[in-house]
Amino acid sequence: MNQNKKEPLFRITKRTDIPPHKSWIIRGVAIVIALLVCAIITTLLTKANPIEVYSSIITGAFGTTRKTWITLQNLSILLLISLALTPAFRMRFWNIGGEGQILMGGLATAACMKFLPGVVPNGLLILIMLLAGIIAGGIWGLIPGVLKAKWNTNETLSTLMMNYIATQIVAAFILYWSGKQSSGKIGVINPDDNLGWLPKIGGIAQLLPVIIAIIITIVSYIYYNYTKQGYEIAVVGESDRTAKYVGMNVKKVIIRTMFISGALCGLVGFLLVGGVNHTVTTTIAGGQGFTAVMVSWLAKFNPFAMIFSSFLIIFMGQGAGEIATAMGLDSSISDILTGIILFFVIACEFFISYKVTFKNNKKEEA
Amino acid sequence: MSNNIPAVELVNITKTFGRVHANTNVSMKIHKGEIVALLGENGSGKTTLMNMLSGIYYPDSGAIFIDGKEASIRSPKDAFSYKIGMVHQHFKLVDVLTATENIILGLEGKLNLKESEAKITEICEKYGFDVDPKKKIYDMTVSEKQTVEIVKVLYRGADILILDEPTAVLTPQETEKLFNVMRKMKEDNKALIIITHKLHEVEAISDRVAILRKGEYIADLVTKDTNAQEMTDMMVGHAVKLNIERVKPLSEPKTKLVVKNLTVVDSDGIKKVDDVNFEVKTGEILGIAGISGCGQKELLESIAGLQDTQSGSSVIYINDDGTEDELIGLNPYEISRKGVSLSFVPEDRLGMGLVANMDISDNMMLRSFRQGSTPFTDRKSPYKLAKKVVSVLDVATPSIETPVRKLSGGNVQKVLVGREISNAPTVLMTAYAVRGLDINSSYAIYDLINEQKKKNVAVIFVGEDLDVLLELCDRILVLCDGKVSGVVEDPTPEDKNTVGLLMTKVGGNNSESK
Repeated sequence: MNQNKKEPLFRITKRTDIPPHKSWIIRGVAIVIALLVCAIITTLLTKANPIEVYSSIITGAFGTTRKTWITLQNLSILLLISLALTPAFRMRFWNIGGEGQILMGGLATAACMKFLPGVVPNGLLILIMLLAGIIAGGIWGLIPGVLKAKWNTNETLSTLMMNYIATQIVAAFILYWSGKQSSGKIGVINPDDNLGWLPKIGGIAQLLPVIIAIIITIVSYIYYNYTKQGYEIAVVGESDRTAKYVGMNVKKVIIRTMFISGALCGLVGFLLVGGVNHTVTTTIAGGQGFTAVMVSWLAKFNPFAMIFSSFLIIFMGQGAGEIATAMGLDSSISDILTGIILFFVIACEFFISYKVTFKNNKKEEA
Repeated sequence: MSNNIPAVELVNITKTFGRVHANTNVSMKIHKGEIVALLGENGSGKTTLMNMLSGIYYPDSGAIFIDGKEASIRSPKDAFSYKIGMVHQHFKLVDVLTATENIILGLEGKLNLKESEAKITEICEKYGFDVDPKKKIYDMTVSEKQTVEIVKVLYRGADILILDEPTAVLTPQETEKLFNVMRKMKEDNKALIIITHKLHEVEAISDRVAILRKGEYIADLVTKDTNAQEMTDMMVGHAVKLNIERVKPLSEPKTKLVVKNLTVVDSDGIKKVDDVNFEVKTGEILGIAGISGCGQKELLESIAGLQDTQSGSSVIYINDDGTEDELIGLNPYEISRKGVSLSFVPEDRLGMGLVANMDISDNMMLRSFRQGSTPFTDRKSPYKLAKKVVSVLDVATPSIETPVRKLSGGNVQKVLVGREISNAPTVLMTAYAVRGLDINSSYAIYDLINEQKKKNVAVIFVGEDLDVLLELCDRILVLCDGKVSGVVEDPTPEDKNTVGLLMTKVGGNNSESK
């Protein structure tokens, strides 16, 4: 071979096809590398034995029955929010307004809890709370949907802006309800008679969200894969021109799907206010409306895969919280570790779509 | 063929993508002052081979010699340093910039628009290009855009030019102009490679023709010593019949569709279709000719219920029992609910006719997914239909579950046409049905259209290759700037010039007036 001929050091080619097992191996390797890097970093920071660190992560998430149930509850809530955003995402409608939709659902639920006890029996009250939460969240999703369908506004912006509006509306109501105390908090609603509190199934308060999450996961899967509406969402998401070409009413599909997306977020608001917190604050969603965006994407919008991606995030969050307290570190450590894992999981997608070939080693270059 | 050292020599080039062998041991030479036509069916590896010359891909093995020296072309930038320039099939221009700005985009050194403009004007005069350096790309016709692409590579000093299907978007007159420019470049001792599917163009412009088949180099022939039949046979690998049959209508043609005063105004207020009137009859193929963007798309989409029309426009569908239905104002679903079986093969196959990321079975569902009274879809019948289309139309696909975007152009079109003719249409509209298809697939599509004609379907065939239109169609309607500029009844190959002139009649010379 010619001496001055230089071959590129490595070449990147797009893979035409990759067998599924191979892509799962790549993802698995990415998580293992991520855990190793996390171990190295925590060891450097805490001088602790990495195995100890990991075992305390597991204790943090599953150490006691109570911890296990809390982990499961958090997992269910994050999974539900992800499932709520997914119909919009499958339509390529980037709904990042989960926070606002949850807040509005929660606010409506709280209003029912505050003013309806005594007017209606408790069973009916919970049903009204549920409907109010779903409708309020649904309307909050519907508005950007209508804006998009009628005037083609950018949904990323409008859904994001709607979050701030929702936060301020909730803040205004809290101020109004808390009256002259002006503590900025309304505290637990109905603390004595527990009216409107969601039932503890089998004595376990955390079981209800888990059951609802399982049901919604299965229903979502069926909806996307076996119904006419699910098919319409897929077609509109891929190409609205194709959808129009076969006579689908694209505007109707956008509006309907955004109502569903918002309504499911509203359902989460109902669960958070009625079942978990028994009060409403501006931070009940706690940024999970954004975390769920990632969960849904990592799972490639597949409802069952979302169980795993939300588990990864919740498990690391809970566990890292434990090491933060155990090792006397700032709670940012949990964000650092979650960040590292996400970095690897997202970066590995590159190696699934592309193949990197290094140049032949037998070249006589130095 | 001037000197002994070839401008470009490829030796045993091999390139694979996964399990697909795009090129296997290809060796070829191109000399200075020579025009070589590269011929081959879709997927025969023409574009891959040229992409390796222009630095987009790097060969797995083999060597490239430029002017006798081994070259390593790792990027388009490297290609330019070897004076190789490629004009791609899909233009790579920034719409909001002027011709000059596009041409100097990405070049290093001081930005001096005036100097660049002078240099561009000089190049244009030398080769006889007709382009205004200050004109914005979005104001340009397709032919002007192509000119900018060619000037761009010449500006960068290219001595070896690769043109990937340059004539696909041009009128006969524009093609002739391009060929004149190419001949001037040849006189200027440049090496030119042209990729094309059109054999009469190969005969008109090239000195030699190189034929690829399934990634392998089959032969190179001196153009004047060969003929269309021989080239086709070598390209396909077996003998092919090279004429399109024009079947006689079986029964007395009856008027099926009446288009009256059809006018479409786009969002910028420009009339895309201007008071068009015509009729389509059963058992007949009505050809629509015209420079691309002269209202063909809007015309078909208006009939299919996809386009807003001006008031007064009317499309009447005449049922078998003589009753009439107005189609304007209905969407495609409402049209089909009226019992009008209208099939439409749009120009944009993957962006409109099909969903690129869905598999063949799910794409079959597009027309039928609403069937049944439950909220659930029937997945079995589309799957059966997909299997039938694949076997009857001979679609090359790994499986029914393969996303259609992974199929080659010809197979994508077979899937689309297969679905559209599956529900026994009475009117079939096709837009550029064979664009980008190789000879074999093209003839398969012509056959399918003729079969529909035999079944008494009224066919509207929008085409760009005049030779094909003249052979296939019973009548040709010519559009120019959205107006009907003429109708040719029972056309023969001698009518080519007439149709060519009608295509440019309204706008004056041959520029699209905007």
